[in-house]
Amino acid sequence: MDAEGLFDTALVRRNRLRALTGAPDGSDFLLKLVNQELSDRLATVERRFETAVALHAHDPQLAALVAATGKADRVIRIEQHRDMLGDDAAGGIACELELFPMGEETTGLVVSPLSMHLVNDLPGLLVQIRQALLPDGLLLAALPGTGTLAELRDCLLTAETELSGGASPRVIPFADVRDCGALLQRAGFALPVADVETYTARYDTMFALMRDLRHMGMANPLRARSRKPATRSLFLRAAQIYADRYSDPDGRIRASFCVLYLSGWKPHESQQKPLSPGSAKIPLAAALGTRERKL
Amino acid sequence: MPDIRPSATIDRKLLELLVCPLTKGRLELDEDKNELVSRSAGLAYPIRDGIPIMLPSEARPLDDDEKAASKAGR
Repeated sequence: MDAEGLFDTALVRRNRLRALTGAPDGSDFLLKLVNQELSDRLATVERRFETAVALHAHDPQLAALVAATGKADRVIRIEQHRDMLGDDAAGGIACELELFPMGEETTGLVVSPLSMHLVNDLPGLLVQIRQALLPDGLLLAALPGTGTLAELRDCLLTAETELSGGASPRVIPFADVRDCGALLQRAGFALPVADVETYTARYDTMFALMRDLRHMGMANPLRARSRKPATRSLFLRAAQIYADRYSDPDGRIRASFCVLYLSGWKPHESQQKPLSPGSAKIPLAAALGTRERKL
Repeated sequence: MPDIRPSATIDRKLLELLVCPLTKGRLELDEDKNELVSRSAGLAYPIRDGIPIMLPSEARPLDDDEKAASKAGR
């Protein structure tokens, strides 16, 4: 169905399903941080929503946090697979990352943590969400943006170039904050806001970082990934470069996660809008407290 | 682990909010088969343990009889 996309969507789902089992405590640290931030942002919104959707939130945490804000009467969980809904799956829905199953103007709030970066057609998904939102409905989303895992990308690229004279994509391309703002606008959201929070995680080695990424369900899902098994020497060399370039004095390495937070509203007449051009009642010079001069 | 819950536990209010994710067309609940039928996509999405599985890859394509029946019923 998606033979052309950047991401292998079946692999995206498999990666996340695998991560459901055997992930050690703490490997969901980023998701926890992001969930908390999203619910903090929601708590400041002076509105109540009848129906909210926790979109591909991977586990029940976000749905619980959204419910705890008291801003939503019911929270529907949508996940890529029935198993991700867990034991308490009632009221959940299984749906693909790229598709949004809620009907037109049915949903007050959509909250999405760390999954929109794996969507092949993000503009298309945003339009689907906008259509499903009620007027004055809100989308709050978080996705890793440019700069995320820049250290890992650099080290893998350098090591692979050194060893084989070429490189294959091993870290996905991440979206830019300005692009995301424009994307929200293009998808028809009002009052779009996009900002970045950078989190730095520290690990003993590059291997510990890669293990965490796998436990997050974030192993490389690129369609153009190398299908040859990577050699041990590649990772050993990359880990060496990582330790050389991005370690602190205590020897631990740094990994950046630059998370973009997006918010946009379904247009509604009550929302603030710019005045139409030429409708100003006072001259600009008066507003600036200066005298108007001819050019 | 078989989970035998009556289909009555299906959240009807939830079903009313859903559309076919592919076509955005309306869905009909087939209580006998426990499916959500999208005539516009020609697919029947299963409901398992009360959870709508809105994955085209897991949906059952409608056969010709069902398609014909739906036309006659209109």
